Amino acid sequence: MRIALFATCIVDAMYPATARATVKILERLGHEVVFPSGQACCGQMHVNSGYLKEAVPVIANHVAAFDAEDYDVAVAPSGSCVASVKHQHPMVARSCGDTALEERATAVGAKVYELSELLVDVLGITDAGGQLGSYFPHRVTYHPSCHGMRLLRLGDRQAQLLGSVVGIELAELPEADQCCGFGGTFSMKNADVSSAMLKDKTAKIIATGATLCAGGDASCLMHIGGGLSRQGSDVTTLHLAEILASTVEEPASVTGDIRVSTRKATR
Amino acid sequence: MSAREEILGRIRAALKDNPEAPQIPRGYRKSSGLDEEALIELLVDRLIDYKAQVCVVEAAQVSARIAELLASAHSYVVPTGLDGGWLAKLDDVRGAGRGRFDSDSAPLTVAELDGIDAVVTGSAVAVAVTGTIILDGSPNQGRRAISLVPDHHICVVKATDIVGILPEALRRIDGTRPLTMISGPSATSDIELERVEGVHGPRRLDVIIAR
Amino acid sequence: MSTFLGMPSLPVYGTGNLHASESFPKAAHRELGNAQLRVNLGHATHTIRDKRIQVISELPDWEHLRDTGSAIKEAVMARLPELLEQFEENFTSRGGVIHWARDAGEANAIVAGLIRETGETEVVKIKSMATQEIGLNEYLEGQGISAFETDLAELIVQLDHDKPSHILVPAIHKNRTEIRDIFLREMPSVDPKLTDDPAVLAAAARAHLRRKFLTARVAVSGANFALADSGTLAVVESEGNGRMCLTLPETLITVMGVEKLLPTWQDLEVFMQLLPPSSTGERMNPYTSLWTGVTEGDGPQTVHLVLLDNGRSAALADEMGRSALHCIRCSACMNVCPVYERTGGHAYGSTYPGPIGAILSPLMTGIQAEENNSLPYASSLCGACYDACPVKINIPDILVHLRSLDVDSKRGKKKIPTQMDAGMKAASWALSSGKRLGLLEKGLPLGRLATGPAKKITKLPGIAAGWTQSRDIPAPPPQSFRTWWAKEHRRPKIDAAPAPSPEKEDQR
Repeated sequence: MRIALFATCIVDAMYPATARATVKILERLGHEVVFPSGQACCGQMHVNSGYLKEAVPVIANHVAAFDAEDYDVAVAPSGSCVASVKHQHPMVARSCGDTALEERATAVGAKVYELSELLVDVLGITDAGGQLGSYFPHRVTYHPSCHGMRLLRLGDRQAQLLGSVVGIELAELPEADQCCGFGGTFSMKNADVSSAMLKDKTAKIIATGATLCAGGDASCLMHIGGGLSRQGSDVTTLHLAEILASTVEEPASVTGDIRVSTRKATR
Repeated sequence: MSAREEILGRIRAALKDNPEAPQIPRGYRKSSGLDEEALIELLVDRLIDYKAQVCVVEAAQVSARIAELLASAHSYVVPTGLDGGWLAKLDDVRGAGRGRFDSDSAPLTVAELDGIDAVVTGSAVAVAVTGTIILDGSPNQGRRAISLVPDHHICVVKATDIVGILPEALRRIDGTRPLTMISGPSATSDIELERVEGVHGPRRLDVIIAR
Repeated sequence: MSTFLGMPSLPVYGTGNLHASESFPKAAHRELGNAQLRVNLGHATHTIRDKRIQVISELPDWEHLRDTGSAIKEAVMARLPELLEQFEENFTSRGGVIHWARDAGEANAIVAGLIRETGETEVVKIKSMATQEIGLNEYLEGQGISAFETDLAELIVQLDHDKPSHILVPAIHKNRTEIRDIFLREMPSVDPKLTDDPAVLAAAARAHLRRKFLTARVAVSGANFALADSGTLAVVESEGNGRMCLTLPETLITVMGVEKLLPTWQDLEVFMQLLPPSSTGERMNPYTSLWTGVTEGDGPQTVHLVLLDNGRSAALADEMGRSALHCIRCSACMNVCPVYERTGGHAYGSTYPGPIGAILSPLMTGIQAEENNSLPYASSLCGACYDACPVKINIPDILVHLRSLDVDSKRGKKKIPTQMDAGMKAASWALSSGKRLGLLEKGLPLGRLATGPAKKITKLPGIAAGWTQSRDIPAPPPQSFRTWWAKEHRRPKIDAAPAPSPEKEDQR
């Protein structure tokens, strides 16, 4: 299958290892991965902050980039960005009266999957250890991000994949369905409330005794990881893709940056 | 322009895009499909959950049960249309004089009702799944005040009047009558969202289910 | 006011207690500092969440009921003028009297006039959001009329000279001990040995209000539902204070928003299954009263209804936002909202707090009214409210819509754009081209260098300072994915061997 990767802007610029891991998983399964080079961002930040006018060129760019590429399905390692492409792009195009863009956006949106959705529903992966060679010998807890959970209805796909990684010890996160408080510009506009939500989330994560918190959205993980780092915790965050890509031969990299560590971060 | 005309005008103007009223999907359950025994069992369970007291008796036993429940009451009120048989055992228990009839022609005052310990009524229909009894002001239930002011409500539900879920019940009811839907004794969740029974309505609810 | 062709100019916004007088972030900051409030709200919202989930899990057709409820409400909005006229005809023909009120001031004056006609100076009240919204109690007080709240939580709030913070449980921000202290301080003849057991407190409220109920000649209520095809009104309650008010007085005055209609009697079977589980998490609330005009010999013999616009027509005029009027005031959205859970209802300023308030208040007042433009941002857009809403109001989408109205309303009005405006404009430029983003990403190594040996950013200026108040930012990576892809990615041979599988460890 020819699979187009939508890296998402935050992963492209800040968490390239997550996109590389996504590529690695898909290539390991024998698929061809392409990277539409015109892609940049889904525009969700603009839409969610009320800047629809500014969102339009961002959305048009995304639609053009994927429209120009020849592929079977697209994938992004983010529930939030996939939800934006699927739901917000046609809605914004409609609200600014661009029916041509709306049609193209709908077509592009119909072909994109969140990573776990692609793996489980399209590629039939139910046993990450057996089918992907995933190996990750650590105690991990898992935060299901809101948009994957509520907009895409990912259900337990991500958790099931994690649970089938060889060597992993999954620690259940109490009140996992509670938002971490990120919410894009909400974290700045309503920094106090966002911080209060984050503090409750990080306290629950730390209490699980896990080495790290896994998830499917880099932005939420950056938020949670940033909070854990600020609180001086050794617990870090890691994207699901990197855990699935981790094997006995090539275990997930430990960089020492706050975003990923299976050892104590250097501070 | 009158307020009426103006408000209706504003609303019409607000709908200038002529939104279409959608077809109403009605995929929800219209009945529970439970038999009489299952309905009785469920209703009992729900009422107990609400902290009401419940008993299931043969029709012939209703009067004895009422008499028992009223044994310690100094006074009680009944609507004039109450099944006469239900009161048959009362005088044997405590003697005449403590029972009052409330009728259209001679309604008791609020102050008189406040001095009465208990009320006995029938009911129009009961919903097993939600533990709800509906009073519709028929002669065997009387006007709303009599089942409200006395602190102890004894309510007789005929087994044949029990349905499974709300849609079945509302189909049996004339919506234009003064209606009261009762699910247990009065209660509140206003303190820390924890339910406690017994506020302004009758604090004691006894339900007699008559087969 | 334009009367041209009988078409009033739109929108006409609502007045009364619908405004935030300070911005949400500012109010939230203050409320977050109240540790007791956080504990009380956390306890209460978690209790109700669990109950709601439990009760709903018993209903196999819950999603069908939600679909039906949502469609009925959509139909009500589309047919509102016709349904209002139908309701009016039925209610009136059965002895009720209808009054129409354009806004809060007009509604207050109508109610006060009706009370004065009875010669009374005291009324008992059932909890009603509409009368909170119009500030009826305060208005009546100014007219020399005392309004006694009879719902336990409203009573607590009234005795404490406080404001409600929740639409269902107005005193949700108080715990039992605080409530006991309020009763000891404000109830004239209360037992000085009063404990904080909720049952004991409920009994104290009963004793306190009993005389009022038995002697009141006028009651004021709201209404949960109004059935157009019969002219029937419904009040859903728990304590029996509603029954007392609706049954014993001679005169009943009900204030209700125009959007509360349901087309038919049959529709009640849907909404009476949706509302109790969503509000108190019960299979059914203890008491529901329904009345149709006047019934001879049973209940009040003079029955009034004040139909209130007060900005509802303005909300209706917003095609994206009009479904906010589907709200049945169950409070499920605020009970599941992580923002409400931490700030409480007072932070929202308006009578309507929480997620529904964050859309309803600005829709009814206009986005530019006072500080109401800060309300649509009081959400992380987590979507919990939409999932919980029994009539499926897509609150997150309406929040985003209102944010765009806010941004657009300010465009061109400011001489200097805000940091957010400037940032969004710059980001739009950078993020609307893969080339431009790629060029900017060339600066990542520099950014990485700038973070120093700690490999993290702990302090940023301007609006970004909100982020670094509680979170670090990781050092940027040495290169972007895009750069890696272009320089280092080597496409593997497609006919590669199947996925390698590590030796499965002994797992149970």
